[in-house]
Amino acid sequence: MAFKQYAVVDKTLCVACGACEIACPLGAIKVHKGCFANVIKDKCVGCGKCENVCPANSIKRENREGI
Amino acid sequence: MRVDKKHWYDYLWIWSIIYFSLGFFNILFAWLGMIDFLLPIILAMFGGNKFFCNHICGRGQLYFKLGEDFKCSRNKSTPKWMASKWFRYGFLIFFIAMFGNMVFQTYIVASGAKNLSEAIKLFWTFRVPWGWAYSGSVFPDWVVQFSFGFYSLMLTSLLIGLIVMILFKPRTWCAFCPIGTMTQAICKLKNRKSNK
Repeated sequence: MAFKQYAVVDKTLCVACGACEIACPLGAIKVHKGCFANVIKDKCVGCGKCENVCPANSIKRENREGI
Repeated sequence: MRVDKKHWYDYLWIWSIIYFSLGFFNILFAWLGMIDFLLPIILAMFGGNKFFCNHICGRGQLYFKLGEDFKCSRNKSTPKWMASKWFRYGFLIFFIAMFGNMVFQTYIVASGAKNLSEAIKLFWTFRVPWGWAYSGSVFPDWVVQFSFGFYSLMLTSLLIGLIVMILFKPRTWCAFCPIGTMTQAICKLKNRKSNK
């Protein structure tokens, strides 16, 4: 089942602190090689927990296409 | 359902509390803070990752614990300028300059041109007598001077982090943490090919 929204990371703003990784209850977001966070789109349910904890305001939620 | 299991390093916020508490009893324990300075850089240089920031930074965990679990944070958005590149790199340069000044003060004491100052400096401005945390040791004075200087730096950054934690988000400090900025820059350089 695909959820309506998912998290999107602005790589230019991300500081790769990993706060989102800790906050995500599904392990759907991981820091990629210490550079920026990556969202596993299929796992993300768009709960917004990562968005709430991100200190750099680099995560926003977007609607999935076709849902 | 939470996917990740708890690891030993998820409890390193306790280490952070212990570290700052030890500084109230014996200032020489301040040297242990060098682990927090060197380990992230070593991991970034040789591992090409921010494993330290992401998993073992006791300070970040402490802010998260206080801000998120104990609801000490207002949870407001971090101001844009605070997470901007110019502020992050500007703060990094300032922090390195202050670290350099601290090393220079240590050198002055080592050369005998200045006596040991049994005080810490908060926010690089306010001198706080801290003599109770040192009552003589087998170490030369410069070792102790470095401890006072380094503890000042660590305590000042902890306080800045706590202030921004209360005002904004639990881990707002991470947005401009000098070590985090440095390790991310190292990782970006190291992984520039694979990130293209």
